[in-house]
Amino acid sequence: MQDPKNMTCEEFQAQMAELIGSGEDVSVHPHVLTCTLCRALLNELETIAEAARQLFPVEDPPDTLWEKLESAIKQEGNQTRG
Amino acid sequence: MQAHDASPRVATAAGGPRVDMPSPKTAASNNTAEVEPASPEVVARTPAGSDADVLSRAQAGDHHAFAQLYSLHKRRIYSLCLRMVGNVAEAEDLTQEAFLQLHRKIATFRGDSAFSTWLHRLAINVVLMHLRKKGLSVISLDEAMEPTPEEGPGRSFGAPDLSLSGSIDRLALERAISELPAGYRLIFVLHDIEGYEHNEIAAMLECSIGNSKSQLHKARLKLRDAMRTFPRREGRR
Repeated sequence: MQDPKNMTCEEFQAQMAELIGSGEDVSVHPHVLTCTLCRALLNELETIAEAARQLFPVEDPPDTLWEKLESAIKQEGNQTRG
Repeated sequence: MQAHDASPRVATAAGGPRVDMPSPKTAASNNTAEVEPASPEVVARTPAGSDADVLSRAQAGDHHAFAQLYSLHKRRIYSLCLRMVGNVAEAEDLTQEAFLQLHRKIATFRGDSAFSTWLHRLAINVVLMHLRKKGLSVISLDEAMEPTPEEGPGRSFGAPDLSLSGSIDRLALERAISELPAGYRLIFVLHDIEGYEHNEIAAMLECSIGNSKSQLHKARLKLRDAMRTFPRREGRR
C-alpha cells in the first residue's frame, strides 16, 4: 500500500476511480491537499458536471405520443383477442 | 447478471417521481383488455386515491389508471431517452416502446423495489437494446457498466486545462456526451443530468454503489479528455 502523502500525481490519478468507488472523499486526500494539479483536475470534473446539468432542459414528450401509445396498446389488444 | 424486466431485486431510496407499492400484488396476467379512450392529462388531475391505488388499478387492467401512470412518469422517461440518444424522434419512439412494455409487464411488478426504479430499469433496457440495434457494442446492462479496458477513460494525468475551469463550450460538451460509450453515458446522464443518487442508480442498474461512483468518475474523465481534444471554435473558450 502506497503512502498517500508520497504519491505522485500519476499514481494518485490511477487510483482515483477506485478511491471514489470505495466511498472516499478524494477532495481531502493527502495528495490532493498538497497538489494544485490534482485539485485543479477535480475542479474541472465538477465544472463539467455542473455545466452538463444546465445543458438539457427537462421537457415533456409531445401530447401526440400518448395517442400513439394508446393506439399501439389497442392494436396489441386486438391481436391478442384475434 | 441478466438484464431482466420483471422484477428488479434491489429496493431503492426515495427520489424522483415514484409510485411506491407497499404490498406485493398478484394481478391479472395480461391487461390488454378493452381499451377505453383516456386522456392522461385529464386523468392525472382526477383525485383517484393514492399512488399505490393507481398502480394497483393499472395492474388490474384499468386503462385510466395506466394513463395516470403515463402522465406521472412520461417526463422522466422521455428525458432519459432523449439524453441517451440525443434525437427527438428516436426518444419519442423509445418512450413509446418503454410504456408499451410497461403495459405488457405491469402485472408482473411485485413491489420488490419502487415502481419508478422498476420502470426506469425497463426503459434503460429499451434504450440499450436500441443502441445495440444501431450497431453499438452494448449488449446488456452488465456490459454497459463494465467497459472493456480499451474503452476506458484516457489517462487524465497532465496539466489541467484552464479553459475548463471557466466557461464550457456547450456544443463541445453536448458532442462529448453524445460520443461517450453507452455505459458511461448512462451513468453520467442518470447522475449528473437527471440528478439521481448513487443508491438509486445502483438499484436501477443492479450494480454496487461503489461501481456507480467509480463509473461516473471515469465518465467525467472521459468527457474531460474528449473536450481537451476538440478543436475550439473561434471566439469561444
